[in-house]
Amino acid sequence: MTSFLARRLLQSAFVLFAMSVLVFVGIFAIGNPVDVLISPEATQADRQRIVESLGLDRSLIEQYVSFVRGVFDGDFGKSFVFKISAIGLILDRMPATLELAVSAMVLSILIGLPLGMLAGMHPDSFLGRSIMAGSIVGFSMPTFWVGLILILVFAVYLGWLPSTGRGETVTVLGIRWSFLTLDGLAHLILPAFNLALFKISLVIRLTRAGMRDALASDYVRYAIAKGLYPRRVVMVHALKNILIPLVTVLGLEFGSVIAFAIVTETIFAWPGTGKLIIESISVLDRPVIVAYLMVIVLMFVTINLIVDITYSILDPRIRIGGATS
Amino acid sequence: MDPILSVRDLRTEFATGAGVARAVNGVSFDVMPGHVLGLVGESGSGKSVTGFSLIGLVDAPGRIVGGSVRHRGRELVGLPQSELRALRGKEIAMIFQDPMMTLNPVLKIGTQMIETVLAHDPVSRQEARERARAALGKVGIASPDERLDAYPHQFSGGMRQRVAIAIAFLHRPSLIIADEPTTALDVTIQSQILSEMQTLARQEQTAVIWISHDLSIVSGLADNVAVMYAGRIVEHGPVADVLTRPLHPYAQGLIASVPGAQMRGRRLAQIDGMAPSLLALPAGCAFRPRCVMAQAICEAEPPVQAPATGRMVRCVLPVRDEVAA
Repeated sequence: MTSFLARRLLQSAFVLFAMSVLVFVGIFAIGNPVDVLISPEATQADRQRIVESLGLDRSLIEQYVSFVRGVFDGDFGKSFVFKISAIGLILDRMPATLELAVSAMVLSILIGLPLGMLAGMHPDSFLGRSIMAGSIVGFSMPTFWVGLILILVFAVYLGWLPSTGRGETVTVLGIRWSFLTLDGLAHLILPAFNLALFKISLVIRLTRAGMRDALASDYVRYAIAKGLYPRRVVMVHALKNILIPLVTVLGLEFGSVIAFAIVTETIFAWPGTGKLIIESISVLDRPVIVAYLMVIVLMFVTINLIVDITYSILDPRIRIGGATS
Repeated sequence: MDPILSVRDLRTEFATGAGVARAVNGVSFDVMPGHVLGLVGESGSGKSVTGFSLIGLVDAPGRIVGGSVRHRGRELVGLPQSELRALRGKEIAMIFQDPMMTLNPVLKIGTQMIETVLAHDPVSRQEARERARAALGKVGIASPDERLDAYPHQFSGGMRQRVAIAIAFLHRPSLIIADEPTTALDVTIQSQILSEMQTLARQEQTAVIWISHDLSIVSGLADNVAVMYAGRIVEHGPVADVLTRPLHPYAQGLIASVPGAQMRGRRLAQIDGMAPSLLALPAGCAFRPRCVMAQAICEAEPPVQAPATGRMVRCVLPVRDEVAA
């Protein structure tokens, strides 16, 4: 286990390094922030002064080296726009995005898993077919459109739920959370559901396929032959085997949920990193973009590690380190 | 003495896209308490489906369309699932061919044994575990306490089959249906498992239906043998009689094709042709196209003859005198 972790951490460090180079070079290719940031009326002298103060007069390599130096001190540079630490800006917005993403994942499991199991157990019934038809709809509708419709129906026509912002928040451990207040929860429902819709469909399809496989398997037949109650056969024997692929896919999808949050956050004016990055890209606020991408990479690496560990807990055949008695 | 299991004219069909496959086509036999019945036949003869049909374990699109299965006089065909469940594993246990596939890979051996105890007896977990431990000890598994916490993949093939046998005997059933339990094992382990099974069945006075394609195994184990061909029992009788003086041409061919010491250097006998498709059984005797003694009369339904007590053969051929005597 220790050597496994050490190996994985080394790999992660390499991935982070490679990504930082890619991001840095990529961001250089997109465009010059000077053209966006500095007003066209500025004098040549002013212009020169700003360029120097932002460090944009130096070569790509010089800029990269000073960036890496800064990173080791925990400094990702200052936002061109907000004039404050880029990483601080992102970490400040991150809890809102994480709250949204985690809520969406929880929703997708709470809704998708039972529906997928039902569809898998009764594949030819009206219910099973309806669930599958519904999941196709969930797959095919674009997130932004669903978001607009949700706002139209639940916020505008019915007036049940608010459509923008985080609502009332509570500060716990120095971080503001929406889900701890009733008003915050009401604000969370629509964006979380919007973000979850695609994942719900994914979970339904994965669970249904897994359920059908499991129910046709020899171990389920044997469990029935042992005289186990049908409930135990499904909830223990079949479900535990289905969870293995499900955890893998969901874990990896968590990263994409955060990425997709950009659209949802924009529609619901959810003050998370997604909204921040969209704004930063439009003004070419390089330090914020770089810091954001690095945080996302770090998150993906961490999630992968957690998935691997969880996987080994669920499936005894791949206990990490190969220690079998 | 009353039979523990009495099967009459059992019919199981599979409705496939290509037509109806008559996998079990009017099978009748009795199993006496503590006796071993060998059910032999080649692949596709319906022997396994017969075994599954006895406890209502036929998966869709298969279904039992007729006949009767009586266990201690109680009709099992048409019994509600809840009552069948109470019977399975308790009164009638099953052992499958490959315990690698039938033991659930993600559950500990102990869990899979304890749940079997708890499904039928209202005892505490500790007591169930104690019974599981004792059962493992009985089938010759060393340090059963530790082994209860192991997973199936940590056992060898022979050990896994011992576990399956231990599970089958947990409730001291009156009947065990063993579906080719030694086929996946190598020969030395095979004989160990066989004698284990024999000893336990004798000790517990458990009747066994031993489904196999291997005549040599059945000859050493069974009291009676039933030879199946294309969904029907073509010959049935005490094992010594059937093996030394087979009456049905198929049984004769089957027995002649077993390699023996006296046949050294000679070509192995074999039955020409292939088993018929269950979707398109020939009229009359299903073995007719392959039978060296086939006559025009074989196109009619072959009569069932009872040449001696306990013997049965489904063939038009006159029974030879030596048997009748």
